[in-house]
Parts: sequence; structure tokens; C-alpha cells
Amino acid sequence: MNTRLRMLATGGFLLASVAGLAGAQGTTDGADLTGAGATFPYPIYSKWFADYAAKTGVKINYQSIGSGGGIRQLSEQTVDFGASDAPMSDDEMSKAKGGQVLHFPTVLGAVVLTYNVPEIMRPLRLTGEAVADIFLGQITKWNDAKIAALNPGVKLPASDIIVAHRSDGSGTSYIFTDFLTVVSPAWASGPGKGKDVKWPVGLGGKGNEGVTGIVKQTPGAIGYVELAYAKQNKLPYAQVRNAAGQFVAPTIESVTAAAAGAAKALPPTTDFRVSIVNAPGKEAYPISSFTWILVYANQSDATKGKKLVDFLRWAFNSGEAAASSLDYAPLPASMVSMLDKRLTQVKLGTVGMAK
Amino acid sequence: MTEFAARDAARAGVAASAPTPARPSRSWTEIGSEIGDRVYSWSIVGFASLVPILLLTIFVAVGVAAWPALRTFGFSFVTSSDWDPVAQHFGAAPAIYGTLVSSILALIIATPLALGVAVFLSEFAPPWLRQPVAFTVDLLAAVPSVIYGVWGMYVLVPVLRTHVMPFLRDTLHLGVLPLFSGVAYGPSMFAAGLILAIMCLPYISAVTREVLAAVPRSQREAALALGATRWEVIRDAVIPYARSGIIGGIMLGLGRALGETMAVTMLIGNRHEIAASLFAPGYTMASLIANEFSEATGDLHLSALMAVGFVLLLVTFLVNAAARWLVWQTARER
Repeated sequence: MNTRLRMLATGGFLLASVAGLAGAQGTTDGADLTGAGATFPYPIYSKWFADYAAKTGVKINYQSIGSGGGIRQLSEQTVDFGASDAPMSDDEMSKAKGGQVLHFPTVLGAVVLTYNVPEIMRPLRLTGEAVADIFLGQITKWNDAKIAALNPGVKLPASDIIVAHRSDGSGTSYIFTDFLTVVSPAWASGPGKGKDVKWPVGLGGKGNEGVTGIVKQTPGAIGYVELAYAKQNKLPYAQVRNAAGQFVAPTIESVTAAAAGAAKALPPTTDFRVSIVNAPGKEAYPISSFTWILVYANQSDATKGKKLVDFLRWAFNSGEAAASSLDYAPLPASMVSMLDKRLTQVKLGTVGMAK
Repeated sequence: MTEFAARDAARAGVAASAPTPARPSRSWTEIGSEIGDRVYSWSIVGFASLVPILLLTIFVAVGVAAWPALRTFGFSFVTSSDWDPVAQHFGAAPAIYGTLVSSILALIIATPLALGVAVFLSEFAPPWLRQPVAFTVDLLAAVPSVIYGVWGMYVLVPVLRTHVMPFLRDTLHLGVLPLFSGVAYGPSMFAAGLILAIMCLPYISAVTREVLAAVPRSQREAALALGATRWEVIRDAVIPYARSGIIGGIMLGLGRALGETMAVTMLIGNRHEIAASLFAPGYTMASLIANEFSEATGDLHLSALMAVGFVLLLVTFLVNAAARWLVWQTARER
């Protein structure tokens, strides 16, 4: 009898704790769709979700856990859609449990070079090669001939260049190293592109704020941050020479121009996993990139699938207008019809049709 | 006796939600007490074994996740300095080195300070000063580490770069030693060690204060009776008596320093390099995991980070075991 009582008590305790755990997991509080991924577009996404919920009543829960986490959760099918600042690799695509994944560009981001050289009065001008050489540790002084040649009439100090980069894995680093890989063979054969790379020189700061902290505190420092962050914090930033040979300041217009230039060259069958760094076009800012929402091509739950497609269509056609108010560059108008067409490829309610 | 039994029974009734035995009935009381004792002893055993089991599961889970990386790189994982996520090659030597050096540096700075504070508070301070100062020092332990990080980044690092580092290197000519040579960027092993020292100081001083307070009056009186000065009393009678407790406090501080993540990440410069100079940037294991875990690309990268976690666990475990041994040794010597 003692044993039975004891078992009963233990069993009850276990049941209670399991119930407690189960209760704690139901945190989606009745959202219609759940997504997870990139932190960079989180402000615009949450505005879209709020506006869309007010208009249609469809609630979307989004966790900004980072691009890598978004891809992992989508692959494990624990969320209805993912979001990433870097396109999925073929390897990642093949591991997704729900079959083929479609990439939908939503807005654009850009990476700007910010610096702390009080002697420089007007915006610094840099080329991709010069930026790569600085981050490779080959240009070490501000008055290096290569920088001086790009900035005639600017009195450059003889001080050391201190490089600041992101220490945490991030889409910002991916876009920046993608650009350096395209413009510099030395970078391509050296560190390469990725969310984390092996930086040849410099100090690592965590997040945009960490890099900004180092740059602001250290005279002679140069670092890279997101355009939106640089604008909101009024950081000085460099003009970068684009593929057409023009020095372009990063602005919402010049970033959208980069996408428009790249979109012209897209084949009709594109899967939108495209890099737009060093894009053609006179006004294009060269260190630009899409950020993507990732959706399974086969939506086993037809109701959810339809809600997702409807939301994306609304975002492309009505949501984009809100982007620039939050310092994101909207997609060029020429791309919206391409994406609308792409949305029709999402198949609804084909259970078990994976792969 | 019966009273105790009844109370136990009532307690057991609550704990196990078994039917509470009727109070006046003697036989029920006895049965209840028997059940109560057993439930009590079993739950105590359960709770006590929960902690080791938890530790073991953490070790096993991290070890299993770390296995692919450890198998791929073998011993070079802890000896190589090449951490390259693009080439998928991982060596954690700089992070291991950074964790140990920053923690040791923190202890070297914090221990004399903490002992000074504790001795002052327990032996010299007038009563009206004792409480406020003790409270303030303890409060250092309550400051969130991200606050230390922000303060370090915007206040400590600029002061270090413009004043402290040039002073140490040029004015004191310590620059002839490799330890204090090179360019002073600001974010560095030195900055990380200093912030860690501030963070583990309250732990060491709080424990030391308590241990000193626990030294019997007779110990002091005996030394005084032999004609010892106040300083001699503390040096020869009080501190030796409290030695094992003080070492325990230092090890508690070391544990804090080894695992600290946020503040260090913001100040150490996050560079995969073993540099001779304390002014150069470095890396720690905890920072490495915090930085790269959320955006790790590929299974091997993730596994390498788990392997770093495994090494960190192992290092912490070894340091604690060594501390235990040291405490035990000093306690036995006395």
C-alpha cells in the first residue's frame, strides 16, 4: 500500500509538471501563421503584420531569432515561413523536410562604411578594391596613396587605420563579404564570403551597436554597419564606387536602384536567390542586398498556405510603401509583377507531395 | 514524540496528497508517520540526486553534439588557432587561452582589492561605516553584466586607451615587456580582465568578510595577549585561520570570471589570435559561443561551437576540482 501511495504521489507530480511544460509551450496565442528568422527586417515585418492584422484579422507571429535559426526552423517545419538575409544554399535547400523552398525578396538592405577620422570634412570616397585592401590589412594608413588618389583635395591624416568588423554571425557581414568577394580576387581567395569569416585584421564588435561603439570610440577606425542603423544614429558614411564607375552614397533610392539594375538582368525562371552586390546602373549603390521570406512550394495545410500567399501578395503590392519610412529600401516596381507571378507557384493542400 | 509523528504525518499528507490520517486515532498516526518518513527520505534522495543527474545530462548532451567536430579535428581543435567558418576549419586555442588569461588576470587584480576591503570592513571600519560599504560592495554583484559591458565600452575603454595603457607602456616603461607592448586599441584582453575583476570582486570580498567574522574572538585575544600588534594579529592569527575559506571565495570569483559572457564580449575585441600583449584583442570561449551560435552555418560549425562549450565545461570542472583540492589541503594543514 505504501508503494502504491508513493507511486500515485510521484505520478501525480510528474503529470502536473508535464502539464505545466505543455502549457508553457503554447505561446503562439492563437496566431494564424508563425514565422522565424532574420532580425534585420524585423521592424518592417512587424509593421506589416500589425497593419495586415488590422485590415484582415489574420494574426502573424514572428520571432526574430536570426537568419540561421529561421532556416533551421523552416527546415524542421516548426514554423510556417522563414526569413533570411542570405539565400539558402543548395545544401540547406536539400535538407528542408517540407520539400522545395521558394525565396521571396521583401525589402532591401545595404551595408555602409562608417569611419572616425575627424580630419576628413566631406564624405570619404572608396572603391571596392580599396575597401578590400583595408580589410585585408594591406592598406594600413589613412594617407595611403590608393585612398588619396580617390579623394583629391582631401587632407588625409597619417594615422593608422583600425578595422572594426562584426564578431557575431550576421547577414550584414554576409552582404559585405559578398561584395568584397565580387570586387577583389584577393578577398575571394582569402577570407571569402559568409556570415562569419576569418577576418585578417581588426577588432570584432557584437552587433551594429558593437561595431559603432568601436568606431566612435577609436580615432582612425573604420567599420561597416547596416544602412538603417547608420541613418538612425546619424553616422558618417563613405561613398562607394559602383560598377558604372560612379561614387554613390548609400540612400534608399540608390539601393532600390541597385535592385532595379539587377532585376533587369534576371531570367524569367529565376528563383530570386540572387546577389545584387556591384549591380549595374549609374545610381546603384554597390553593397546592397535583398532580404527574403522563405516559403515551402507545397503547402500541406491549404488554409495556412492561402493565408501566407495572400499576405505576401498584400506585402508586395501595399506593404512596400511603408518601407522607406522605416529606412528600408522598397523593391523596384518592376519586380512586383514578377513576384506576384511567382506566388502562383505555391501549391496549396497537396499533402505528401514533398520533393 | 507523538506530537512530532503527527506533524510529520500532516506534512507527508500535504506533500503526497495522500488521505490525511485522522488526528485522534493513534494507529493512523503511526501509519502516517511511517509513510511520511519514507516519502520524506525518498524525496530528499530524489532532490539530492537531481543535481548530479542534471550535470551529467548536460555533459552528455553537449558531448554528443560536440562529437562530430572533435572527431573531425581531433586534438588540433584545442591547439590550432585557425577558426575559419568559410573553410569549415575550426581550432579553439585562442578562445581557450583567452578564457584562462582573462580570468587569471581578473583574479590577480581582484584578490588583493577584495581582501583589503574585507579586512578593512571586518577589522578596522567603525560600525557606522561597515554596513553602507559592505552593502555597496555587495551591490556590485547585482549589476547586470550587460551594464558592465556598456559602461566598459563607453567609459573604461576610452580611459584605458588614452591614459592607462600609454601610462603603463611608456611612463612606467613596462612596454619593454611583451605583456604591455604594442598598439593600444582599447578593446583588449586587459580591458576584459579589468571588467572581470570588478565583477568577481564582490564575491571574493563577501565570502572573505563572512569567514573573517567567523574567526573566534579567542584567536585574536590570544595573539594580542602575546603582544602582537593589530597588523600582526590579522596577518598571523586571523588570516591563516580563515585561509581555506578565503581560497574558497577566490575560487567562487574565478568561476564567475570563467563563464562571464556579455561584458567580456563587448570589451575583448573578439579576435582569434594568441597575442603576447595584454593590450591586444583576444577571444574567450563563452564569447565565441554567444557570438556565433545563432547564425552558425552548417552542421560542423554548430558542432564546433558545442565542442567549445564542452571544453569550457571541462575547464570549469577542472578548475573547481582543483579549488576543492586546494581548500581541502589548506584545511588539513591547519
